[in-house]
Amino acid sequence: MRAPDTILPLQAESLGFAVGGVQILRDVTLTIEAGPPTFLIGPNGAGKSVLLRLLHHLLIPTAGRVSWSGLPGEAARRQAMVFQRPVLLRRSVLANVLYPLRLAGLARAERARRAQEGLDLVGLTALAGRPARRLSGGEQQRLALARAAALQPEVLFLDEPCASLDPTATRAVEEIVVALAARGTKIIMTTHDLGQARRLAGDVVFLHRGRVLEHSPAESFFAEPETREAVAFLRGELVW
Amino acid sequence: MNDLASAASTALRLVATADPTVVQVVLLSLRVSLTAVAVAALIGLPLGALLAVARFPGRRGVIVVLNALMGLPPVVAGLLIYLLLSRSGPLGGLGLLFTPAAMVIAQAALITPILAALARQVLEGLWEEYAEQLRSFGAGPWRAVPTLLWDGRFALLTVLLAGFGRASAEVGAVIIVGGNIEGFTRVMTTAIALETSKGDLPLALALGLVLMTIVLAVNALAQGLRDASARWAG
Repeated sequence: MRAPDTILPLQAESLGFAVGGVQILRDVTLTIEAGPPTFLIGPNGAGKSVLLRLLHHLLIPTAGRVSWSGLPGEAARRQAMVFQRPVLLRRSVLANVLYPLRLAGLARAERARRAQEGLDLVGLTALAGRPARRLSGGEQQRLALARAAALQPEVLFLDEPCASLDPTATRAVEEIVVALAARGTKIIMTTHDLGQARRLAGDVVFLHRGRVLEHSPAESFFAEPETREAVAFLRGELVW
Repeated sequence: MNDLASAASTALRLVATADPTVVQVVLLSLRVSLTAVAVAALIGLPLGALLAVARFPGRRGVIVVLNALMGLPPVVAGLLIYLLLSRSGPLGGLGLLFTPAAMVIAQAALITPILAALARQVLEGLWEEYAEQLRSFGAGPWRAVPTLLWDGRFALLTVLLAGFGRASAEVGAVIIVGGNIEGFTRVMTTAIALETSKGDLPLALALGLVLMTIVLAVNALAQGLRDASARWAG
């Protein structure tokens, strides 16, 4: 059961990130509201993954700040992230889902219930006892999603979750994303698959060379992009 | 040549009939080395895991020292423990010198750095893989230590076996602090050294056979663990 308060909107103010003198992101100001999935898109090296990690506090910004609504300390507990390459513990499928629930300090019965729910959601219940790392790539990514979903986060970050998956597995992941979004989880994800963004996005943040050039509802972004770079990107031209 | 053949056949008979002297020496060897591994594991494995996740000034220096200590000559380890436990030493009052307990301490001192250094290597790779995901779960380096120890369990068992191999095969440390007292602190390696110099080749050979068998079994076990780990880790 989620408390009635919310950690959204998420705000980035003049966010910058540099490493070794290379400016990867600069001056990113962004407000992400509750609602349908927000997609971060843009050419390779635009800074999508770095922005996602800054928002999830895996990286410390070198300029600006990320802020959430609600009580301080609440935000960290109510977000989760799934990575491009799922990081699975060397344990069974079920133990992987239980692990973060125990870290979150949930009671045993609640952990079991949520883990079951998570595995049901992604259709891995039958494989609960299998070693997680022996699953196929698609199953591994679904397990990572089940594990994140079991935490019942208000915000779920997904970093190119389908980048190394075949079309069938990609479709399974997309269905899970839709199901999570439908139950009120705010999805914030990166992709290089424009078709996927068209299918799933509520709004689109277009990044180019470390800057946010556009942030608009998906429909208007795909119909009438405002910047030259976005037009070129959507046409499939090589932009950098 | 004839001597050798008759020594070998006597040795086989000693092993086959479970000669009480042989059995007693073998059992003490196992007891001392297994206890030493257990003690060293309790200290060395968490230490290695901490070194794998912690970032502090001087960390590289600690790792270099630890790696160097892997090559600590057993006689030097024995000498240091001897100095600690001898009557005039700081722990002399405990009266441990020339007891199996002293041998356990010496072997544990010898292999703790080995376990810590190997565990550090194994777990550092695991930590690199897990760090981001664990931080996303809200687990920092300290909380990661038990997770890494568990998830690295197969590799760490191999590390323990390496430690056991080293402990059971060394002679320098146990002979100094144990004294090779018959029926009390005599283990396989010290007995082999003594019996060989006394010319009692059958007993030395018999113990050598048992020692080799144990080493073989340990390596077979290590191989089995690697296979099991491959099944889990994929």
